[in-house]
Amino acid sequence: MATGQFMAVLGPNGAGKTTLLKILSLLVKPTTGQIAINGQEVGDHLVKLRREIGVVSHNTFLYPNLTAYENLRFYGRMYDVPDLEQRIGTVIREVGMAYALGDPVRTFSRGMQQRMAIARAILHNPSVLFLDEPYTGLDQQAMEILNEVLKGLRDQKRTVFLITHNFDQGLDLCDRVVIMARGQLVYQASARGLSAADFKDIYMSHVGGS
Amino acid sequence: MGFLVKVAGLVRKDLLSELRTKEMISSMLIFAFLVIVIFAFAFEPSKATTKAVFPGIIWVGFSFAGILGLGRSFTAERENDCLLGLMLAPVDRSAIYFGKVISNFFLVTLMQVVSLPVFFVLFDYRVTAGGIGKLVIIMVMATFGFMAVGTLLAALSANARTSEILLPLILFPIIVPVVIAAVKLTAMALAGSSWGEMGMWLRMLVVYDVLFLVIPFMLFDFVLEV
Repeated sequence: MATGQFMAVLGPNGAGKTTLLKILSLLVKPTTGQIAINGQEVGDHLVKLRREIGVVSHNTFLYPNLTAYENLRFYGRMYDVPDLEQRIGTVIREVGMAYALGDPVRTFSRGMQQRMAIARAILHNPSVLFLDEPYTGLDQQAMEILNEVLKGLRDQKRTVFLITHNFDQGLDLCDRVVIMARGQLVYQASARGLSAADFKDIYMSHVGGS
Repeated sequence: MGFLVKVAGLVRKDLLSELRTKEMISSMLIFAFLVIVIFAFAFEPSKATTKAVFPGIIWVGFSFAGILGLGRSFTAERENDCLLGLMLAPVDRSAIYFGKVISNFFLVTLMQVVSLPVFFVLFDYRVTAGGIGKLVIIMVMATFGFMAVGTLLAALSANARTSEILLPLILFPIIVPVVIAAVKLTAMALAGSSWGEMGMWLRMLVVYDVLFLVIPFMLFDFVLEV
């Protein structure tokens, strides 16, 4: 996966998408093979490489009883973010949540929590961002807002790895699309000029038996 | 330095969260008070046998109440998968362990500070200022050992479906030496014994504290992978 690329990974349940993400985000060691991030193999650089990674999952990793600000401050300290106060201000504006900075996360709607999860994931300015089904549980309006945030990340030329079940959202945002089935990458191509209808046929032909 | 900043950040986060909910401290205090009231009614405070079992009653209350708090410390991290968020961060796993030990130690000590005077009042137990001083030191040492091993096992059991049942089952056999030493030392402190007379039990507590601070330091990485 090239630097600055936005890749969408699609596949049926049980295809191994989340397992792949756990391996790539350095949570799980692969049984075989090597992981390299920005050209650097993991080896003894595990802690250092974790700084290069941001993860957004359907779970937000946010402490519900802390405020949005307290959550960002806490994670900022864990990632040794320089100029933390300034950086919190930047990311919170980026996700459009500045108005709720002092409110406890437990009072947020699902969409607000997901935007906060993105703020948390980009707080340390990671060069690679992994998103695992970030649209889960979002209403249409929250999806639109999330799309705007993701388009912003694409325009910033961050390397983004998006796992989704949503063809339209995935194709709309990504440069490259991958299909996984039975733990294998069974298809990959550029997403340019690929319509959702065409892709649906390709998808069904590759995962039909899964 | 970075390690200490992260430990301090973890402690601050835990205490701030507890300050908002008061889930852990309130459950521990209610349990400790229930133990005090039940034992105060079960045993006649004026009898000599009650005076003899008083140190044991104190540590039964502290141990069970402490386990309630320990059980909450990692299950709270499961909400929104926060523990996974911590594991993704470039934080040494031992910093997570020490952060949890310190915040658990602080909260359990707070429970002890509030409930200990109630033990003395309801059991009509008189103690000298010197005895109280020794008791405070013994409580700090025993509670530290209890939290050091308890935090490790709370992390181990947090992912189990029956973590509330599993934690006491695996923790009690391991903390037996701490509880026995704490009971013996408490009895000796209240009876006015000197530090020299308490030597053997004190050494046992120190060895236990050191042992269970070093072992989790080496094992915590693997425990979080479970």
